[in-house]
Amino acid sequence: MLVLSEEIADRIRAHGAKAYPDECCGALLGGDAGAGREVADLLSLTNRHEDSPRNRFSITPQDFLAAEATAMARGLELVGWYHSHPDHPAAPSDYDREHAWPWYSYVIVNVTAGEPGPITSWRLAEDRSRFFQEEMANSVRATR
Amino acid sequence: MAVRIIIPTPLRPYAGKQPSVEFEARTVGEALERLTSQYEELRKHLYSDDGRIRSFVNVYVNDEDIRFLQKETTPIRDGDTISIIPSIAGGTLAARAEAPAETKLSKEEVLRYSRHLIMPEVGMEGQLKLKQARVLLIGTGGLGAPLGLYLAAAGVGRLGLVDFDVVDFTNLQRQVAFSTADVGRAKLEAAKERLATLNPEVQIETYNARLTSENALDILRDFDIVVDGTDNFPTRYLVNDACVLLGKPNVYGSIFRFEGQATVFGMPGGPCYRCLYPEPPPPGLVPSCAEGGVLGVLPGIVGAIQAMETIKLILGRGDVLVGRLLLFDALAMRFRELKLHKNPECPLCGDRRTITKLVDYEEFCGIRRADAPVPTAQVPEVSPRELKARLDRGDDLFILDVREQHEYQICNLRGHLIPLGDLPKRVHELDSSREIVAHCRSGKRSAEAVEFLRKAGFRKVWNLKGGILAWSDEVDPSVPKY
Repeated sequence: MLVLSEEIADRIRAHGAKAYPDECCGALLGGDAGAGREVADLLSLTNRHEDSPRNRFSITPQDFLAAEATAMARGLELVGWYHSHPDHPAAPSDYDREHAWPWYSYVIVNVTAGEPGPITSWRLAEDRSRFFQEEMANSVRATR
Repeated sequence: MAVRIIIPTPLRPYAGKQPSVEFEARTVGEALERLTSQYEELRKHLYSDDGRIRSFVNVYVNDEDIRFLQKETTPIRDGDTISIIPSIAGGTLAARAEAPAETKLSKEEVLRYSRHLIMPEVGMEGQLKLKQARVLLIGTGGLGAPLGLYLAAAGVGRLGLVDFDVVDFTNLQRQVAFSTADVGRAKLEAAKERLATLNPEVQIETYNARLTSENALDILRDFDIVVDGTDNFPTRYLVNDACVLLGKPNVYGSIFRFEGQATVFGMPGGPCYRCLYPEPPPPGLVPSCAEGGVLGVLPGIVGAIQAMETIKLILGRGDVLVGRLLLFDALAMRFRELKLHKNPECPLCGDRRTITKLVDYEEFCGIRRADAPVPTAQVPEVSPRELKARLDRGDDLFILDVREQHEYQICNLRGHLIPLGDLPKRVHELDSSREIVAHCRSGKRSAEAVEFLRKAGFRKVWNLKGGILAWSDEVDPSVPKY
């Protein structure tokens, strides 16, 4: 269960709309508490995939280290990542799966024609074979 | 030396939930070995089955990537920090239009595409994806014909065509987009006209040029999917490299005589053409269709497979031929499949890339540029006119035809037939005291024959310059050219 407040979801949507038609990306900072995982804040990052930012994102090791350091400094953990799928459903692609890690939450926002759409969250199976959709708390469900 | 290893959050559950651990070690490899010995569960996340650090794991010493230091033998100083950094990437892979400017089908289009629309796998959503897709066809020949026809018919919104050739009679046996009246016209012009009459909804963009290292990135950039319908190695490597550099799928097909191949290169996580063939074959080893022949239906089948894979990529449906090389044998009428793996050592798409821009592909494939002078064969030659004059004078000349039996049946100069490949074992049929003129279709194989015979001790042996083609042009136009 991923707890994503409406305010944070709005920030993800806004980032996706702003980056359109490119993909946006960023880090989720928060912590695991009980059965759920709460996202307390976001760290928007620069999409470093210069060849094709429209359908790829990548985060440099430097940005990764900075995100971990920021999380640690604020007493939070780096619990996952978000990115947008411009004109593409908010479901992980094979490329996402091949480049994903277990444990992290992968939040995806669909942006169609510049308008943000559904938000979903995903976790990779331990054996890396597939993604499981992660249930989301609050009103932020992929129903729009 | 004491070193601290920082564990990223996803791996902490396997490392006693600690954010970092300390070890004594002299090198990075040693430190990681200590770590994985103590926390065995970590090993499968850090190393692939062959014992190498996984391609999606970066290891840093302080702020330097060990790949740019001494890799796992990088020495450690007291107080260094090793960071294990999972590479974080993702993204969509299906082809998309830049912005869906027009997201509706007209009444006419609904009717035209109704057999697509009534299938749930395509439907309105899929048909709009097709309409927004931009596909570039390299080559409008044998593979390009079914590709162009089916993709235009399917309603792909924008089709780019690259070619510089002119339709000739030998094309018509397989390049079914052209008709007899098109002979002599630019292929691009004829193809554009044909596709536009088939489906006026399709925007067709033509690039009347040979694809080169200079223009490839600019031409490919505006398309979502590139389909390779070329017949030569330099262009195949060029298309492959440009697609990988631009992050675009490359729908590949090739044909020879009765056999075809198809696959999709350049997909995320999938192999590229260089993973399959790091080096081109030596020039001349693999004959082209012009040299080896091709059954006309074959490009129809292979091109249609490429068209199908292109449409599946656009729709985001089904299992695309990624990491699978489909082999088709028309004589046996069998399809086989080979697994293709991404090569981690690939200089273009592997972990340590050394190719970051387009190169000179003619040179890479060992072929001289067309504008460079072609060295004349180092064998003595006789021109068709000289030969005719000497035969007319009644000189005693022995004509040796080194083509194949089935070529002899097309046309011949009444020579003695010994196919080039049989020459070594049938050389005793020749009389070294007589003057011998060897010929083939174009003069290439017979030059090899002359060289072979000279080395075997024959002194009076010549090559017919330009072969039977030149004979037809210069001496006897009744001899058919093929």
